[in-house]
Amino acid sequence: MRTLNKKMMMALLACSIGFHALAQTDIDAIMMEKNAFCVGPMYTHSSWKDYWEGTLKRENLNLGRVTTEMYGIMGNYGVTRKLNALFSVPYVRTKSSAGTLHGMDGIQDLSLFLKYRALQHKMGDGKLSVFAIGGLSVPLTDYPADYLPLSIGMRSKTASARVMVDYQQGNLFATASGTYTFRDDIEIDRTSYYTTEMHYTNRVKMYDMTNINVRAGFRNHRLIAEAIFNQSNSLGGFDITRNNMPFPSNEMNATSVGVNIKYVIPALPQLSVVVGGMQVVQGRNVGMATSVYGSFFYVLDFSRKTKSVEPSNNSN
Amino acid sequence: MKKFLITAVTCVSVSALVLVACNKDPQGRTDFAKQLDPADVDANAGSWKPVLLSAPDEFALAAPLATTSPDYILQVSEVKSLQADITPAERAIVDYWSAGAILRWNEILRDLVSRHNLPPYQNEDGSYPFPSANNPLAYPLFPFANPPYAARAYAYVTAAQYDALVSAWHYKGVYNRMPAYKTDSLVKVLVPKSTLPSYPSEDAVVIGATVEMLKLLFPGDQEYIMAKAAEHKLSRLIAGANIRSELDAGEALGKAVASKFLARARGDRAGAAAGNQAAWTKLETDCMARGETPWYSLEFPKRPPMLPVYGKVKAFLFDSLTAISLRPGPPPSVHSEEMKKETEEVAAFVKNPSREDIRITHYWADGVGTYTPPGHWNAIAAEDFIGKNFSEVRWARNLALINMALMDAGIVCWDTKYFYFNPRPAQMDPSIKTLTGVPNFPAYISGHSTFSGAAATVLAHIVPERASAYQAMAQEASRSRMVSGIHFRSDCEVGITVGNNIGNYAVQRAMIDGAE
Repeated sequence: MRTLNKKMMMALLACSIGFHALAQTDIDAIMMEKNAFCVGPMYTHSSWKDYWEGTLKRENLNLGRVTTEMYGIMGNYGVTRKLNALFSVPYVRTKSSAGTLHGMDGIQDLSLFLKYRALQHKMGDGKLSVFAIGGLSVPLTDYPADYLPLSIGMRSKTASARVMVDYQQGNLFATASGTYTFRDDIEIDRTSYYTTEMHYTNRVKMYDMTNINVRAGFRNHRLIAEAIFNQSNSLGGFDITRNNMPFPSNEMNATSVGVNIKYVIPALPQLSVVVGGMQVVQGRNVGMATSVYGSFFYVLDFSRKTKSVEPSNNSN
Repeated sequence: MKKFLITAVTCVSVSALVLVACNKDPQGRTDFAKQLDPADVDANAGSWKPVLLSAPDEFALAAPLATTSPDYILQVSEVKSLQADITPAERAIVDYWSAGAILRWNEILRDLVSRHNLPPYQNEDGSYPFPSANNPLAYPLFPFANPPYAARAYAYVTAAQYDALVSAWHYKGVYNRMPAYKTDSLVKVLVPKSTLPSYPSEDAVVIGATVEMLKLLFPGDQEYIMAKAAEHKLSRLIAGANIRSELDAGEALGKAVASKFLARARGDRAGAAAGNQAAWTKLETDCMARGETPWYSLEFPKRPPMLPVYGKVKAFLFDSLTAISLRPGPPPSVHSEEMKKETEEVAAFVKNPSREDIRITHYWADGVGTYTPPGHWNAIAAEDFIGKNFSEVRWARNLALINMALMDAGIVCWDTKYFYFNPRPAQMDPSIKTLTGVPNFPAYISGHSTFSGAAATVLAHIVPERASAYQAMAQEASRSRMVSGIHFRSDCEVGITVGNNIGNYAVQRAMIDGAE
């Protein structure tokens, strides 16, 4: 299993962007077996030098390269074969290679997802599955959001709804999903701020987001190798003004592409390894981030019947 | 498939409920400030001491129209026809502006400063462009409303508003023209009724003075400013508080008074505050000649220092010799044990910053894209004044006192900074990382501390029951610059003292201006 959750990615959007499309169980078609629990650590390294100030691509010599590292723990529990519950908690650390700005670090947001396989049908020579996924995220600490691009997250409580369709034929598959993420207002340490007008409040309206994710490739019970396309958009917000710092309610959009590989260790089928990378190729008010990540997952089986459950049991 | 649809529909509806619950526009603290209904109209304010006017009647104001004249009757009808069908949007305009002309224009000024407080991006060759007042809409936009520029803008606008209102109060007394609603019961009144004469309109006096000052200070924003002015005037007609000739007379008087301030502003040496390469180099060589390490810009590419000759700008509250006498003694030598200790202290603060230190840093940072520290103190003052029910003229007087002190604090602070030209902590020790951007000018003395010391002293005089709160805020603002790695302890402590001293000049003035 791979959980690099959506919210974490959202939070990192401004600082490192491009996390959206990392391998993650809340956005793939893999289900855990009933009473099976998979858990593991994850590490992500993301950095950028160029970013988009509005639509203008530029660098900032007073930031140099902005790096975000994330150490996470993720888990996925099979409530039933059709219903999985997922969580993740990351610790995030940021830094910039130039200028004087202090990096930040801390525990970021708890994310929870319920993933429900609503439908599974034979279609032609393959199998079509439809999923409904609901997510929630909430900050676990009172880290400052208004310190972009070096804040560790956006602090917004979110609720997301996703519809996902997966089709597999033989060892080939494709998954497509659309997500709508509601975002709550946030509070910042200042008592006023300027967007395109003055606001005399410490509350900031965070616009909702949409996300489209398409992934396709090879998938069997041992190996998944997939290519990923991800498009993430804010449904409002303003552009970073010329030579200004970014702000949490900027309109942040990113188009990313990447690859993801998961391999189940033959000698120890409870254990799997995940590696991957993503690249932001086009964006608005976000960094042109390059991300790589890796994780291990171990499956614990709490069901009485079987000793071991292979994590990708949906495949074939 | 049916099952799936049900699931999907459920998901979407639950989410939609969440959306409705949490996606409202956050409301500003003063968006719905109550209508201004002064506890005391300060009927004698026509005799208060103006800042620049030689006398309240320095500019003449013609007598109002006879109430029996056809023009007057026509203007009263205009109000009645505007009131015939008041839309919710019109009602909202009335409510917004009736919270106070000085309050709303102060907020607009803070808006303009925030919009313009952006350092220009460098040229291809690593040099930096300078904004031009003659071409305000070309990049870099004019002005770059950094803290000294902003402090001066707040001072000129509020002082001009104050003098214009003193003059207006004088003429209100001279002509004693009561508002139309007193004689015509068909005129509705949507604002608190005042015992003050309505000619000239105090709102229009504020508009005239402010718009005229903003033409000089924010020449590229005329469309925005004129739209606000037109809305403000309309609000007074819809409210039944003024007729058109009261507005016209007030606006003309405000403009006339502003002309004195414009003339002063054009000759106050602020235009030369940016200096030139020769002046910048001299600061460096002079500092080295004293055996000290000169400040250098920590930006890439190195940016010329911010307004190094601003210390020569003409102050409001004292003459240039007094300004120099307010300059404190030198900071610890960069070679001294004391400076070494102060550098280590800053390094220790930023090593593992506490959340509280980050909070106060960001609370008081007032950096790029904000209304600056002087603007923050305007916001603090304005929000407290709302509860005090001051008359417009007292609002203006109090803000003028605060802002003249803030501008003069900026002058003495900038004079000190460039007189000593000493480095920031992160220059002394490059391992020091800061919790907010390092301002592009020398460290000693801290601008935040000087501004805050000055503003808190004046505010403590105006709202004595909050005196200790204001001093505590100033201390916190000052401390925030040290714990964030921007300033040494001596920058902050000396800055507060210098600020307090400057604030006292405004307090001295307050005690003899006739308002107390």
